[in-house]
Amino acid sequence: MLLPESASSYSAQIDQLFWTILWITGFFFFLVQGALLVFVLKYHHKKNRKAQYIHGNTLVEVVWTVIPALILLGLTFASQKLWVEIRYPKAAPATPVQVQILAEQFAWNIRYPGPDGQFGTADDISTINQLHLPLGQPVMVNINSKDVIHSFFVPEFRVKQDAVPGLATHIWLEPTKQGHYEIRCAELCGLGHYRMKGFVTTEPPADFQKWLTETKTNE
Amino acid sequence: MKALHKKSLSFAVSLLVLALATGWALAAGTATEAKAATGTATVSGTVTLGGPAPAAEKIKMAADPVCLQQHKEPVMNEMVVANGGKLQNVIVYVKDGVKGAYPTPTTPVVINQEGCTYHPHVFAIQVGQPLEILNSDSTLHNINAQPKLNKRFNIAQPMKGMKTVKTFDQVEVGVPFKCNVHPWMNAYAAVLNHPFFGVTDSSGSFSVSGLPAGTYTIEAWHEKYGTQTQSVTVADGETKQVSFTFKAS
Amino acid sequence: MSKIFSTDHKVIGIQFLISSLLLMVVGGLLAMLMRWQLGWPGTSLPWMEKIAPAGMPGGVMVPEYYNMLFTMHGSIMIFFGIIPLLVGAFGNYLIPLKVGAPDMAFPRLNMLSFWMFPVAAAIVLTGFFVEGGAAAAGWTAYPPLSGLKETLGAGQTLWAAGVVVLGFSSIFGAVNYVATIINLRAPGMHFHRLPISVWALFTTAVLTLLATPVLASALILLLLDRTLGTSFFLPAGMIVDGNALAHAGGQPLLWQHLFWFYSHPAVYIMILPAMGFVSDILPTFARKPIFGYHAIAYSAVAIGAVGFLVWAHHMFQSGMNPMLGTSFMISTMLVAVPTGIKVFSWLGTLWRGSIRLTTPMLHALGFISMFIIGGLTGIFLAATPVDMFMHDTYFVVGHLHYVLFGGSLFGAFAGITFWYPKMFGRRLNERLGKIHFWLTLFFFNIVMFPMFVLGLGGMPRRIYDYTQYAGLVHFTGLNRIMSIGAFCLMASQLIFAVNFFLSMFKGEKAGENPWQATTLEWTTSSPPPHGNFTAPVTVHCGPYEYSVPGESKDWHLQTEKGSNAHP
Repeated sequence: MLLPESASSYSAQIDQLFWTILWITGFFFFLVQGALLVFVLKYHHKKNRKAQYIHGNTLVEVVWTVIPALILLGLTFASQKLWVEIRYPKAAPATPVQVQILAEQFAWNIRYPGPDGQFGTADDISTINQLHLPLGQPVMVNINSKDVIHSFFVPEFRVKQDAVPGLATHIWLEPTKQGHYEIRCAELCGLGHYRMKGFVTTEPPADFQKWLTETKTNE
Repeated sequence: MKALHKKSLSFAVSLLVLALATGWALAAGTATEAKAATGTATVSGTVTLGGPAPAAEKIKMAADPVCLQQHKEPVMNEMVVANGGKLQNVIVYVKDGVKGAYPTPTTPVVINQEGCTYHPHVFAIQVGQPLEILNSDSTLHNINAQPKLNKRFNIAQPMKGMKTVKTFDQVEVGVPFKCNVHPWMNAYAAVLNHPFFGVTDSSGSFSVSGLPAGTYTIEAWHEKYGTQTQSVTVADGETKQVSFTFKAS
Repeated sequence: MSKIFSTDHKVIGIQFLISSLLLMVVGGLLAMLMRWQLGWPGTSLPWMEKIAPAGMPGGVMVPEYYNMLFTMHGSIMIFFGIIPLLVGAFGNYLIPLKVGAPDMAFPRLNMLSFWMFPVAAAIVLTGFFVEGGAAAAGWTAYPPLSGLKETLGAGQTLWAAGVVVLGFSSIFGAVNYVATIINLRAPGMHFHRLPISVWALFTTAVLTLLATPVLASALILLLLDRTLGTSFFLPAGMIVDGNALAHAGGQPLLWQHLFWFYSHPAVYIMILPAMGFVSDILPTFARKPIFGYHAIAYSAVAIGAVGFLVWAHHMFQSGMNPMLGTSFMISTMLVAVPTGIKVFSWLGTLWRGSIRLTTPMLHALGFISMFIIGGLTGIFLAATPVDMFMHDTYFVVGHLHYVLFGGSLFGAFAGITFWYPKMFGRRLNERLGKIHFWLTLFFFNIVMFPMFVLGLGGMPRRIYDYTQYAGLVHFTGLNRIMSIGAFCLMASQLIFAVNFFLSMFKGEKAGENPWQATTLEWTTSSPPPHGNFTAPVTVHCGPYEYSVPGESKDWHLQTEKGSNAHP
């Protein structure tokens, strides 16, 4: 209810990391706010009670340095593990379905390579703003931009990748839930930025192939 | 005697100056009347496309559901519209030979964004005449005008019913308009300083009327096929036929 | 006339104070317009048509105007609000007094650093009056959007030029701060007897000197791209509005690296002084030495140093090599450690204190309470996979407002209410001060806390109309509540303004040391004379000697001798 539904293979893992961080930060939040409140109330000035003349306590200071450092170290390891799986080239799927997204002010130009598997040939299938993806199959989204920086963001996939002119970027994802989702542009790109909306449909592989064929025929 | 001579001389000079001034004013006055003349001659004709028209492309209206739901049939790209060889959307106007300054019309030319296309696709407008840009769709359109001589503008109209008024202050033929949200949307305008122009309809026909007698250069402009010119001489009350043929490529 | 073009650091400090507060009002009004659009998307505000005919025709805001609003709101608040307020006003006013010097090392350079500030502001604000309006590429101004005449007009050029001028103002100020702190300390004022606020301002000045030139360079390159057709940030192959552009060889990511190399240290420039003020104020109103003086002082330096190594955490999803994501994540997680040390040390200062909840103390406590939310939410963003979801959403907007308003601005209010009597010789009204604090705290949270909810719900930032997305329409009610909170928040600042200006004339006269505090500024008159101290200053002890055993007063001035006081 706090987060959108989880519709890709790694969205659950990202959410898990999020909840872990929320528990830890939540703990420290209540600890600090609680201490603030308790100290302000308990140590409010009273007649005949003097403040304690103390400049510090080395042990306490070491403890409250080391413990947060260890916790942060743990979070770093946990984050890095997932980051490698999502972003590092060695973790990319071996034979993903390929799709190209060329962002422009203010639309998403989407292109599939077609039966020959090559982009830029006559059998390519192209749409504006319509992205269909096969369920349960890894997809490599190759992203570029015609003009300014845009960013490909689908909240339910937890995926975000900037589209930068002159720089070919990519992100892989594997849809796990059938449904309709929105692409939201997540990098300010001009007056139409707020409306740079795309439509994602995830469907069984057979339906996906059917849609590709139909789209090509209707071109 | 010398004093009288001087007085008469100055009097005469004053009269002369006065006469000259009056004469000049009268001449100027009549000269002004001579500007902005309309006549009774007409130049009309047809613009044809020689050769087979290129296949029209289907517009990907599915890019925006608001656009898609307004069309039951597929909508074709309007770059080349040729019915039976008759070329539509050609601006035909008097390029040369018009004398005088014509009053700026106050009635606006309306360009309407409806069904995610521009209506009209091609039009002509006079310098200083208001262009009313209307959004009749419940979706964002931005009107991005890219003239070379006039001032550019790019205005978002996020809601249905929004209206913006713009004017152009320089003569320019082939001012492109586009919408960035719907990349297929294009329109073109000719900004002229006289009212002698027309745009070919679905039968490729145009008619430019009200011309004073004289010799004129007529130009036909098409967004893909460029321009062609012809010279024509008309007398009062005469209608001359002028045809243009663009080669399909 | 000599009062206006004064080289006295105290006059310059007050000039920065008043100017930055006024500009923050402008920044706040821009935010009110933004919140109007977010709370009631597309609804007409008829009287705005007269003020902004192009931006709000018929009173209805258009998207390009909204883009301009958030750009100028951010730019004004950061460059012409918080930085000149915390660094310009307080740095100038406090440093010579707190180190025991008669003025800054270079008074004329100091005066120049102030006067460049309204010039810079004027250049940037002129954008509102040119064709196409003011800058509209976000305060981060990423090219190509910001780097092309084809995409944005003269307002963007003016923005870049104005910020360059402001950069020089900051650099000249920083030169003074560093020189004064190193060279003009009074006898006995060893580094380890400096108040924490001076440590903080010193670190801030070093950050300014090292980082600001990088921003200035980036802005100059951007100006060249915009005006002379160079291609520092513009790659080959761009097609804008159907026209192929002739640029080649540039990289948009280069701007991001250069910009953030400054702008990340900039956020520490904006928070360290506030942390310094809090570190001075807590001991005063807990009547206790600061807990862990060395740890707090060195953690300020550590934050500054590590703060230079984290900049690309703003670029995790930018397309840069993911291995850079790893290295910047490590440094970002690391910088939380010295920050945590400070927070715990402040809590340690309150523990077993004798606390008086004056207005400055309330703001200092509010700072700790709100800043911790900002700091903790930063950890989510540091975790690169979580950032993939949260980057460029309202989660970031919530995080940044908790650190910059919850942190820096409450810290600024703490500083203003604490040092006002010293500056103007009169006290602010305590009741008005407390009412202002509580109202600000309450409404601030109403506006800002829901931003985390919006961000987790997938609402991107910088969006003129989120109702275009089916998945975000249900946030209209929440946005409306936030907007009402924002209007109330802005209205509450009137109480502060009234208190500030009225007290200058009607406030209770303040003596030398109305708070019974220990640092050097409280040993001289309020306001101090030209030259600050009438007698030579010698420092004998640390800056927070409160409740020293065996003494009748519970405060021990730094100039007083005494064997019980900590050296």
